[in-house]
Amino acid sequence: MAKIIVVTSGKGGVGKTTSSAAISTGLAQRGHKTVVIDFDVGLRNLDLIMGCERRVVYDFVNVINGEATLNQALIKDKRNENLYILPASQTRDKDALTEEGVQNVLNELSREFEFIICDSPAGIERGAQMALYFADAAIVTTNPEVSSVRDSDRILGILQSKSRRAESGEAPVEEHLLLTRYNPERVEAGEMLSVADVEDILAVPLLGVIPESQAVLKASNQGVPVILDAESDAGQAYADAVSRLLGEEREHRFLEVQKKKGFLSRLLGGK
Amino acid sequence: MNDACFQLKGSAVTAIVLELYRPDSEGFRQQLSAKVEQAPALFEQSPVVISLEKLEGECQPDQLTALIRSCEDVGLKPMALKLTDEQQALASAVSLPRVPLSGSSRSSEASAPQLAAVAEPEVVVERVVEKVVERVVEEKLVQRPSKIISRPVRSGQQVYAEGADLIILAPVSEGAEVLADGSVHVYGPLRGRALAGVKGDTSARIFCQSLEAELVSIAGNFKLSDALHGERWKATAHVSLQDDQLNITPL
Repeated sequence: MAKIIVVTSGKGGVGKTTSSAAISTGLAQRGHKTVVIDFDVGLRNLDLIMGCERRVVYDFVNVINGEATLNQALIKDKRNENLYILPASQTRDKDALTEEGVQNVLNELSREFEFIICDSPAGIERGAQMALYFADAAIVTTNPEVSSVRDSDRILGILQSKSRRAESGEAPVEEHLLLTRYNPERVEAGEMLSVADVEDILAVPLLGVIPESQAVLKASNQGVPVILDAESDAGQAYADAVSRLLGEEREHRFLEVQKKKGFLSRLLGGK
Repeated sequence: MNDACFQLKGSAVTAIVLELYRPDSEGFRQQLSAKVEQAPALFEQSPVVISLEKLEGECQPDQLTALIRSCEDVGLKPMALKLTDEQQALASAVSLPRVPLSGSSRSSEASAPQLAAVAEPEVVVERVVEKVVERVVEEKLVQRPSKIISRPVRSGQQVYAEGADLIILAPVSEGAEVLADGSVHVYGPLRGRALAGVKGDTSARIFCQSLEAELVSIAGNFKLSDALHGERWKATAHVSLQDDQLNITPL
């Protein structure tokens, strides 16, 4: 049985799709057979971030409606043979997602894959609810500002009351907090909530803190998941988050202001 | 197979209750015959409880014996007596068990075991039955289980403890609402809205480990977060209602 993980947030533009792409790529890099599904029907983005937009023929809604088989719609990632993408439809809306249809697709994928990553649309309406309904675990993506935190709190409430696990009385959906676009300088200046503030409000275990980074924008524009940029701080932070998701211990990095080395210490080669 | 010869069970049985006003033997006999003639089948072999609760004046044991005989003559089967404490000697005089008065307290039944000893076996069971039923009703009134929540109450969620206290062992987020007919206890930070005594119980209270609420209310008397900032903000708090004023003190 595959583990179904939803990447969700409530609020838009916080980095759900970037995180879905990075985490699914990270899992595939570690040898786990992974599929990432774009639930944002009508506003498809995942294929752009993954750099496979020109290879989309059939999509998620075609499979739900029986117009294509799953094998026809799945796109094999060109960099990693363990990774597949199921793109969203650009021409339909979220009403095309039926509970039965989504369940059939997930059941079929469960037989072949170890991890199913569901990239949720923003909001708390049908699309977001379908993306989280069948989840075993949730990665709640949050920016360190009050409205994003409030929306994440709301989506956590929905996970614990309206998901399949909640309705059937099974063990609750596993919760992970992923703090993105974190800027230690702005936290120090009091312009952003700190990691401790967000953890205190949401009371969810911290999966990772992704620093605000030019590398993220660059990677998105090039269609390369940022985790493949191993030199960048954001790429390394996502790699740490994937390790923690797989149960490994990793210390949190990039939480403090990086001190620029002074001219003298550079000259003297001191640490 | 079960080799027990019998089993004792509690159950409620309906019986006719005959309320006696005056122990006038002759008048009683005539009036009873007239009543039974209206519907003989209904009264045939019917068990009857004779109640002397509303009796005016006194009744002698031989008068009561005569009344019981009148009943038996028309086909009724007197099986027990409802007596006040002053009348309890009558029960042993006519060899009938005594059942508790409606709404009687437990102490008035203190003499019940001796009475049961002289009673017929099935009537003893009958008495046990009434006792069992009465006890269930009493306990329901006294004990209502509290509602206990151990996961965070998130923004947009609402938790209501109907007819009970609400105990929350996790944070209550901003935008969440916790309500109880009784008191509200929050062992995490209280950041949402907390309403105690929502059906008007002015003795209900709110207890919390860290008061950061958007609103606290007891029986409709509320304070908003602006008004709370001066008092025990982000500290332990005990909110109670005194003379229609919310009173906030340290825990």
